[in-house]
Amino acid sequence: MTETHEAGFGRLSSVDPPALVVDHLTKRFGDRVAFDDVSFEVGTGEVFGFLGPNGAGKTTTVRTLGTLIAPTAGSATVAGIPLNAKNGSAIRSRISIMPESPGLYLRLTVMENLQCFAGLYELDDIRGRIGRALRAVNLEDRAGHLCGSLSKGLRQRVALARAVLNDPAVLFLDEPTSGLDPVATKEVHELIASLRERGVTIFLTTHRLEEAERLCDRVAILNTTLRVIGRPDELRKQLFRRSIDIRLRVPLDDPQAVFDARPGVEGWDQTPAGYTLTVSDPDLAAPALARALVKADADILSIAESHHSLEDVYLELIDEDVEANSR
Amino acid sequence: MSFSWTRVGAILRKELRDYRRNRFVIVTMTMVPIVFIIAPMIQLFVANATANTAHLDTRIGLSLLYMLVIPAIVPSTLSAYSVVGERDQGTLEPVLTTPIRREEFLIAKALAAFVPALVISYTIFGIFLATAALFAHPVIASAIYAGTHVLVQLLFTPLLAGWAIWVGIAVSARSTDVRIAQQLSMLGSLPPLAILALISLNVITASTALALGFAAALLAFDLLAWRVVAAMFDRERLVTGRRA
Repeated sequence: MTETHEAGFGRLSSVDPPALVVDHLTKRFGDRVAFDDVSFEVGTGEVFGFLGPNGAGKTTTVRTLGTLIAPTAGSATVAGIPLNAKNGSAIRSRISIMPESPGLYLRLTVMENLQCFAGLYELDDIRGRIGRALRAVNLEDRAGHLCGSLSKGLRQRVALARAVLNDPAVLFLDEPTSGLDPVATKEVHELIASLRERGVTIFLTTHRLEEAERLCDRVAILNTTLRVIGRPDELRKQLFRRSIDIRLRVPLDDPQAVFDARPGVEGWDQTPAGYTLTVSDPDLAAPALARALVKADADILSIAESHHSLEDVYLELIDEDVEANSR
Repeated sequence: MSFSWTRVGAILRKELRDYRRNRFVIVTMTMVPIVFIIAPMIQLFVANATANTAHLDTRIGLSLLYMLVIPAIVPSTLSAYSVVGERDQGTLEPVLTTPIRREEFLIAKALAAFVPALVISYTIFGIFLATAALFAHPVIASAIYAGTHVLVQLLFTPLLAGWAIWVGIAVSARSTDVRIAQQLSMLGSLPPLAILALISLNVITASTALALGFAAALLAFDLLAWRVVAAMFDRERLVTGRRA
């Protein structure tokens, strides 16, 4: 990718024009706000994770960008085309949306389902495209099977094949691995990686935080308003102070004497597993702490910088919202 | 983007394939015509061939009215299912995310109900005419062939089917329940039949001008209805259940 990301703003500086530009977009259904004042950009070829609790407005955002529903306020550009009622068909021809439910015609075969959608996109070389799409999801041998006879996981893969049929510039995936077994999930992840290599921009809505962390260049967390946006590691830095976890075989007799006044150490807590120290610079603090522990004759099991997962970031933000709402 | 017959064809082919594998659709398409050809067939053999021409004409007109129920009923159930049924099955949203325009989607759905309705109605009428020619009393057969009955059947079959289809699709696009849509659609298909019944029963005096006027009105409705139903077709409401 050629763009650089500026965490916290959702804006990109890039050689290629962004695949998605969302500017103060809002959608209300009467009094209910689905999402409010959402702004971000997604670069061409980027895998962008869109996270949030149930009812946060993720699917409504996807539907709005997919021209299925009209925004109440704000503007957006999708695949280089301004989002408005007049451009609906043009936008939909350049994107693809895979909804959470596969929505296949169960009395039709896999091939017939894909033929129908190839016709809707007015594609040429239909046979070739369907063959490539089925190969991408490892379903070539199921082309003649009725979709109604397939398992949930296989149906999900047919829906994915359908989503890549038109070589979309932007692919919206709503919970693509929902209900899939680990092998099928791995295949979907590989497919997303190969699509990224081909320059397809992927807008991934998921509840699987480890999936977002693994696949996405950047993530946004939505809870009606956009709470945060950036690379997972940047979000961790934004939300959590840096710290070091120390595990000892036996707790220290006088931890205050060992930890206080060490360079870079700002504070410490005792945990069931040992000690967690807030530090300004782990590279400076860790060697000093190791020396102090050895001097104190402690049986050290491990000294490591604390790792906060995307899940920690997510839970921290959502908990903040829950607390704010309960006040 | 301009109107695309390729997209219309894609939905039409999908619908026809789906009908072929749907037992409910096949049973409906088979049973309705059978039910509504019985009365006209009986009339062929029990009508009094010695009755005066006017009386015979009325009897035949009335019995043929049964057959005009076929193009009204057969597409009515199909079109009532067309939008709300897809929504129920979860297949509507993926289709609406493609470049298809609502006019294309609706014309495809209408054709998917129109084609089988027309084929079945004309086939049944053909069977009736053949039976009359081969087995009915020659006076009755010639009364069927000589009058305007054949013309009325040929003319009003597609027009009534068109009415039933657009009423059905309009109901389907605004409904949230397949069963309610089918009941309302069935009711909505009846008004033109009621007018035809009044003509057949001589409550309204039949004349060529009246028939042509009525046909023209139905044709105008069928052509206008496409645009009206397209305006009623609200993607947002169909996807979210809420008005835009």
